Amino acid sequence: MQAFLNDPMAMILLTGALVATSGALLGTFLVLQRQSMLSDAISHSIVFGIVVVWLLTHAQSGPLQIAGAALTGILTVFLTEMVARTRRVKRDAAIGLVFPALFAAGVLLLNLYARDIHIDSHTVLLGEIGFVWLDTMPLAGFDVPQAVVWMSVATLVNLGFVLACYKELKLASFDWQLAAALGLAPALMFYILLGLTSVTAVAAFDAVGAVLFIAFVIVPAATAYLLTDRLSLMLLLAVLVGVVSTLCGYPLAVRLDVSIGGTMASMTGVFLLTAFVLSPRYGLLGHWRNRRVKVPG
Amino acid sequence: MLDLLGNHTVQTVIMGAVLLGLVSGLLGSFAVLRQQSLLGDTLAHAALPGVCIGFLIAGTRHLGWIMAGALGTAVIAALFVQVITRYSRIKMDAGLGAALSVSFAVGVVLLTYIQGHSSASQGGLDSFLFGQAAATRPSDLWFMGGVTLAAISLVALLWKQLKLVTFDPLFAGSIGLSVGVLETVLTAMIALAVVVGLQMVGVVLMTAMVIAPPVAARQWVSRLEHMVFLAMLLGVISGVVGVLLSAGVSHLATGPVVVLVASVLVALSLLLAPGRGVLWSWLKLWREQRAIGQRQMLVTLHKLAEHHEDPYYPVERSMLDSFYGVATGHILRRLQARGFVVPASHMREEGPHWALTDAGHNEARQELERMDWNQAEA
Repeated sequence: MQAFLNDPMAMILLTGALVATSGALLGTFLVLQRQSMLSDAISHSIVFGIVVVWLLTHAQSGPLQIAGAALTGILTVFLTEMVARTRRVKRDAAIGLVFPALFAAGVLLLNLYARDIHIDSHTVLLGEIGFVWLDTMPLAGFDVPQAVVWMSVATLVNLGFVLACYKELKLASFDWQLAAALGLAPALMFYILLGLTSVTAVAAFDAVGAVLFIAFVIVPAATAYLLTDRLSLMLLLAVLVGVVSTLCGYPLAVRLDVSIGGTMASMTGVFLLTAFVLSPRYGLLGHWRNRRVKVPG
Repeated sequence: MLDLLGNHTVQTVIMGAVLLGLVSGLLGSFAVLRQQSLLGDTLAHAALPGVCIGFLIAGTRHLGWIMAGALGTAVIAALFVQVITRYSRIKMDAGLGAALSVSFAVGVVLLTYIQGHSSASQGGLDSFLFGQAAATRPSDLWFMGGVTLAAISLVALLWKQLKLVTFDPLFAGSIGLSVGVLETVLTAMIALAVVVGLQMVGVVLMTAMVIAPPVAARQWVSRLEHMVFLAMLLGVISGVVGVLLSAGVSHLATGPVVVLVASVLVALSLLLAPGRGVLWSWLKLWREQRAIGQRQMLVTLHKLAEHHEDPYYPVERSMLDSFYGVATGHILRRLQARGFVVPASHMREEGPHWALTDAGHNEARQELERMDWNQAEA
């Protein structure tokens, strides 16, 4: 067991698979609710939360950071909704106003008060999965990489949430009004979903960085959306696409001697492109064939 | 402050900020109006692989090649978003998000490739990620100036067409304008603006430079030409103020300060702009609620007086309080100031009483007529 945990390759692949799984579970619902760009907003604005929690408690990781991240994510969404609700700014512009402001505030706080600490916007935006096996913590008699521990927790929490609230999430994604009328609290689901996105983003920072985490949230889910009409199948396919991307990405990255996280995330794009071209029902191929059927001779 | 203005580096950076403000305000206006605000975000991230490709081709940090590469990949990403949203069930948000994250991932891969393989120093490529205004060179200004001039002339030349495509693409198409071409031209120009801004404020904050000045400008004016001019002006103001603030305080990165200044401008505009400002509509709402309270009170007192067949029937205030469920003293005092009610004495050892004046009865009758009118119309 310890030998497995000490194996860099196994740990990198495991971390990648966990990032992919946790991201796809949330991303499926974000894509269906047309809120994908909120994951982008959150994973940038979280820099602000990380810095504020650090300034207040000097905690660089752990439960406090995670709570701070969840709050920042919810703050981002709340502020966006507030700006949009003035009805003087369209929603997409509201997103683009709020998160750069929070990000900028976070970077400035770093500039002013935390010049010599370990967290900088570099680490947060880029991350490096290649080093996850170096940073371990003792757990049940083993030395387990921290990233594996935190990503496992995040994955389990996300999985638990999706399984426990499957009905609520499903209805909120397809018919918000009906969900509200039936008392299934779609707004609450929405905020929990985005809170979990923030938490997972923080856990994933060390491994892949903020921007690449977005790839694992949005792209596999979008790929699965092109392939199926069933929600349960879409969840499964999204997880599968994400995990397979990490598995393909790793050897490629090692061969080319480039960023492992970057290659894994790029692979999700390859799958999206493939599905876009080849998907029988919703791809270009299907589009072209349907057009021929619709316009007979 | 004057010392700063004499400083050569600061002068260069200020010039850069002015150019950036002009070009992002100009093109951002179209992006925001066409509800493509987040396109800037995607384009900024998608420029990263292009920066690396430009670097690989030139073998050094040559601004021309880097900008060309950045523009190339940004436009490719924008086209990808256009195509995938048009020809599949993928919606705009997922298309933008996918293009953004995947091209950034490719950029990271290329960045690490350069770090590992290129003999030349990749120094300065990072500045495109986070922006480094102080690294702006005088020679960069010529380039930025050229881009700004080109963008302004193109918009001036295609003004009518762009305006039509922005506000009514269907009509534009029906009178024979090639909407697709114009949209692509606009997108390419927005990509150009983003690319110009990258090394000053960085990928993330460039998003805000395209959105914030136009949104702020929109609150004050309603005509496109006014909006574009004001957005350019506000872009310049946030750029210059941001540069001066960050140069005055040591260790402050320029990009974030510029963006925060722009965000403050947006917040002030949203709150204060005449006509559209949120503060004014709150004030108006509050005034209306107050007026409704007074009118209701007059009618209540009038009906009570009618019911008791005594025009000067004194009503106890505590009774009114419990009838309305709120303290009514301030409403009565305001009506007194307008001469519609007077304090009345009733029996001793009871609370304050109020009675309508003749003017109050008149006002109440008019109000009742208005209510009948409204009902009849409804």
